[in-house]
Amino acid sequence: MSAWLSQHRAALALAMRRLWTAPLNTLLSLLVIGIALTLPGVGYLLLDNLRDLGSNATGVQQISLYMTADATRKEVGDIESRLRQAATGKWRFVPKEEALKRLQKSEGMAEIVASLPRNPLPDAFVIEPTNAAPEALEILRKEIAGWPKVSHVQLDSAWVKRFDALLRLARLALWILAGIFAAGLVAATFNTIRLQVVGRAAEIELARMIGATDAFIRRPFYYFGALQGVLGGLLAAGLVAAIFYLLGEPAAELALLYGGSFALRGPGPLEIAALAGAGGLLGWLGAQLSVSLSLRKFD
Amino acid sequence: MIVASNLTMRYPGGFEAVREVSFTIDAGGMVFITGHSGAGKTTLVKLIATVERPTSGSLVVNGQNLSALRRSALPYVRRHFGMIFQDQKLLFDRSALDNVLLPLQIVGLPRREAIRRAQAALDKVGLLARERANPVALSGGEQQRLAIARAVVNRPAVLLADEPTGNLDTNSASEILELFADFNRVGVTVVVATHDPQWIVRYHPNVLRLDHGRLVDS
Repeated sequence: MSAWLSQHRAALALAMRRLWTAPLNTLLSLLVIGIALTLPGVGYLLLDNLRDLGSNATGVQQISLYMTADATRKEVGDIESRLRQAATGKWRFVPKEEALKRLQKSEGMAEIVASLPRNPLPDAFVIEPTNAAPEALEILRKEIAGWPKVSHVQLDSAWVKRFDALLRLARLALWILAGIFAAGLVAATFNTIRLQVVGRAAEIELARMIGATDAFIRRPFYYFGALQGVLGGLLAAGLVAAIFYLLGEPAAELALLYGGSFALRGPGPLEIAALAGAGGLLGWLGAQLSVSLSLRKFD
Repeated sequence: MIVASNLTMRYPGGFEAVREVSFTIDAGGMVFITGHSGAGKTTLVKLIATVERPTSGSLVVNGQNLSALRRSALPYVRRHFGMIFQDQKLLFDRSALDNVLLPLQIVGLPRREAIRRAQAALDKVGLLARERANPVALSGGEQQRLAIARAVVNRPAVLLADEPTGNLDTNSASEILELFADFNRVGVTVVVATHDPQWIVRYHPNVLRLDHGRLVDS
């Protein structure tokens, strides 16, 4: 056990020494790995931020019921009774006067509203159904649409669904992109290790002849690949954090223009660990493939 | 004890470097393998060290049939041999001490103990003062002694040397062979491949003489 540990310690130390003694090569390799991991990292976090934005909106599943313009107070009262009987959930009546006032408050709308000869807006109900399942909402929407003096029923969660579908598509594209970059990272490590094996052919040949096992010969290369990957992953995490720091303020300003607030969330400890782990794993894989192929000539 | 029976080594392409060679080397013995260039001396040394595997025949060392071993078992067998190569195979990207440390790292000896043993081996061959030197800064004789330190640092049962004096002047060669004699005196089996007959006269070892891969005298 102590021999095994000692060999692993020696292999790790050797891998670190190899990284340290060729600083330019190391820096270039880390940049390649870092950039390869930065792009999917940024994409993932952007989508994650957008998903958070979407899920906040998804929490409010609303149905907007618009009355016809000629609906009387009594007919509005009838609709209220029907809503109560149907036990659909919470609802709120928005009289046409209140809707107009709200519209007036919207930026740039005051003058337009003032110029209107009469209020064009109908009375409306905003319903928050108890059962927010898409099928139940659709059934309720159809039922309400059939009630008298109802001109239009709108399911307000439709945009969220479209947004969600878009996010799913973007996520798939991101995985494909990540796969391509991962293959690139494996190839970069493969080549680095292959060159190392070629450069250390004499040492490998000698070690084999004096009793080194395959594991002893392979181990430093595995550590090198994994270590290089981990460092590349940490570099990527740093780059992602820097990018999100730079994007944070413009994103908040943009959200403010839409009357909301939004803070971009940069990489947390979990994301940093994931980037370092992915880098390490892919580096190890590249080293594994490279060593297996390169050492065949010594057999 | 090393017992070879009808050992044959045929390289890809059909060249037979060793043909049906049989011999016995007693434990603690000193044996010189001689013959002209291309007689098969190097191949025979490599066969004993399990660096090459025989095409046919058997090689038994201390009761273990090495020719029947699985490939994965070979590294552990090789650790019982100390190998000194014709071209020394020193690593020029590290110090003399680090060269000697390699076999100890292979067996996983803790670093402190490994350094102690490597320094003892360097001391034995008279190179302790040059432990930090790069092998490229050593003379031919010193390089050969460094190769010997590396070969003996694991305290092998058998020391195998392939033309260890080939590129050395008479004095340096004499020092090297004296070292082998020292190791032999403490019980190490020494097998030396050489084409130089003067050493046979001097050390009176058992001799295996090869000619075109065949054993012609033993």
